[in-house]
Amino acid sequence: MSLTVSIPTPLRRYTEGRGVVEVSGDSVGAALESLLQMHPSLKAQLYTDDGRLRSFVNLYLNDEDIRYLEKTETVVKPGDSIAIVPSIAGGV
Amino acid sequence: MLTIRKNDYESLRRHGEEAYPHECCGALLGRFNNGDRIVEQVVRCTNTCADRPEDRYNIDPKELLSLQRRAAKQQLDIIGFYHSHPDHPARWSVTDLAEAHWLGCSYVITSVEKGRSAQTNSFALEGESEENKRLETEEIAVLSPVEDQSLCH
Repeated sequence: MSLTVSIPTPLRRYTEGRGVVEVSGDSVGAALESLLQMHPSLKAQLYTDDGRLRSFVNLYLNDEDIRYLEKTETVVKPGDSIAIVPSIAGGV
Repeated sequence: MLTIRKNDYESLRRHGEEAYPHECCGALLGRFNNGDRIVEQVVRCTNTCADRPEDRYNIDPKELLSLQRRAAKQQLDIIGFYHSHPDHPARWSVTDLAEAHWLGCSYVITSVEKGRSAQTNSFALEGESEENKRLETEEIAVLSPVEDQSLCH
């Protein structure tokens, strides 16, 4: 099952410069595993040492934040698109 | 170094004045060139920090998702972000660094003093990971309309 993961600018150094990576899997989690198999150095950027997704990493399945779906258990289908979106915030 | 057209530079500074006394925020779309960043578009975003907009900013991830798609369609990248510091110096804060996650991108800060834009500085988020990231001062090259020619494809 083939779908794509959109890679944000700061993480492309870990995907050989690619902005879109084709992956396989039947859930968001499986798709991410597929991505990390191809680009293992991404793991430390996306996950903490104890294996939790870093809090600033937002994941979208098509137009939906997976936090409001079934998180990494969310089922995916061929042609779906997952986007990794690091958060932006700050202030004085 | 961050290279930006004069009208884009003025646009982001004006945004800080219009948002005063709240913080403004936005994104910079453009290209990477040998470690430098060249701005092609300044995109205003909504500060979604409702409880402390005068000293905090946040961009809705969904708006960022749209920006990523917009940039890709135009064969551009998100190369940085900007925000304002109302009545506070144009230097990065501890919060700015803690919340900065776009390694290799520029973070532009404009101080807005009593409603008027004052200093604008840019900082590059350097490092290889969350654990060793740092914001380093970078030069801003503001191109006059004549110099704009050099940005044309």
